[in-house]
Amino acid sequence: MMSAQHARGSAFRLSLAFTAAALIGLVVLLPVLAGCGSGSAVKRDQLIVATTTSLKDSGLIDNVVLPLFAKAAPNVTVKVLAVGSGEAMAMGASGEADVLFVHSPADEAVFMAAGNGTLRLPVATNHFVIVGPGGDPAGVKRAASAAEAFAAIAKRAATFVTRGDESGTNKKELKIWAAAGVQPAGAWYVKTGQGMGETLRIASEKQGYTLTDLATFLSLKDTLDLVPLFTGSQDLKNVYSVIIVNQDKFPKVNAAAAEQMAQVLVSAAGQKAIGAYGVDKYGKQLFTPFAGALGSEEFATP
Amino acid sequence: MDLIWNGIVEALRLLFGGDGSIYEIAWRSLWISGLALVIAVTVGVPLGAALALNEFGGRRVVVAVTNTGMAAPPVVVGLLVSLFLTRNGPVGDLRWLYTPWAMVIAQVVIALPIVMGLSLAAMQQIDVGMRQQIAALGAGRLQGFVLLLREIKVALLAAVMAAFGGVISEVGAVMMVGGNIEGQTQVLTTAIVQETRIGRWSVAIALSIILMVLAFGANFAMTVVQQQGRRRA
Repeated sequence: MMSAQHARGSAFRLSLAFTAAALIGLVVLLPVLAGCGSGSAVKRDQLIVATTTSLKDSGLIDNVVLPLFAKAAPNVTVKVLAVGSGEAMAMGASGEADVLFVHSPADEAVFMAAGNGTLRLPVATNHFVIVGPGGDPAGVKRAASAAEAFAAIAKRAATFVTRGDESGTNKKELKIWAAAGVQPAGAWYVKTGQGMGETLRIASEKQGYTLTDLATFLSLKDTLDLVPLFTGSQDLKNVYSVIIVNQDKFPKVNAAAAEQMAQVLVSAAGQKAIGAYGVDKYGKQLFTPFAGALGSEEFATP
Repeated sequence: MDLIWNGIVEALRLLFGGDGSIYEIAWRSLWISGLALVIAVTVGVPLGAALALNEFGGRRVVVAVTNTGMAAPPVVVGLLVSLFLTRNGPVGDLRWLYTPWAMVIAQVVIALPIVMGLSLAAMQQIDVGMRQQIAALGAGRLQGFVLLLREIKVALLAAVMAAFGGVISEVGAVMMVGGNIEGQTQVLTTAIVQETRIGRWSVAIALSIILMVLAFGANFAMTVVQQQGRRRA
């Protein structure tokens, strides 16, 4: 019995000692590993970009913005988080991001009024597109405005797939429903709670209508059974802005790098590259560089 | 059907055409999950053994917590780790959120209870007589422990396999704490989600093939080791 106790006790003490040694080893080792990971000698600056998914999924950020920024600020590591405008502003409002790329003007105005940002600049514009089944059962093509098109969809109770995720696109959609005087609800109004890509895919499978940004639709078009039905009206205008998060309110914000990022976007070179992006791939301009629309109605209205 | 067939053909072309970015993502997946596994096993096996071999107040509670942790939903782990690592969180100054280190931590939290729980169960099944015998033969502490571990080798390998399968194929937690940042924290699972979202089926299929090869390959290797033990015994 003595020996049994001994075996038991010794194995136990040994495993405890082993665990303790392993934990101590880890505590010592992890910061060393972290040091290796974050670049050899110089501690690099970090910039967290929270962006609407369309700018990321269209490739604009990776192909245009990041290369330009790397030239302007080679010592800054950029972390791009594609989260949607609503979540991006939520991150900004808690100081978790340094710079935001968003397209939800009314919410942006509220964000700025709350003192969460120090600077908000329009960067590019394009138009949202109402897409749907080729047969167009609700006759969206014949509408004179997006509001009229939405009213026609609601009247026929044709399937409409919404993101329902408080993104910029979702906010725009809700604004159009309000203008159409419709409270969308019922079996025909399908909420995905997901990004534009997933939502388009679901709309395609269900042969429903949805509101999408141009860039995401064009990049997915070949894999979707949807056609663009209505765009270009004033109430479908889409304005992308950059916002620098307020460092005074959130001391951990990297305002210097955020300003460099904003400068890259509004610089002549940046604006030119944004305007040229996608022309060779899709045969048309995805984003119109923002030319002097500061103070225009779409940008300013809360 | 065309979509699937073309996707697979294009995926194979990507795999053998040496698209560097695809293998970079695969390598990142492998080292993050591998490191998490090494940590979970180094800490989890002795802890599980300690729990199995000892009686102390509150032991049942610890065992219950461990077993519950085996079923911890990865997204909840992701949320918790995010809350701790977020810039304005308790350890935000580490600046680890949206880095591979955050992903390693999340995966350790997911894997540790699995390793602990399974090695605990295995250790408990060893006959008390066996332990007495080991001591009676005059085995030292380390020797005794190693002998006991050898006894449960098969079960331990199963634990390692289960934990590795769990973390390498996990998507929720690494998406939350890593952010799926290209070139930094994008791993196979999060890349598959993104490529599917933006309709690049072939890339998604290529990444899926690698993920399956990794998952099956690791399990296959460990199974071979496990079964060798069986032949010798």
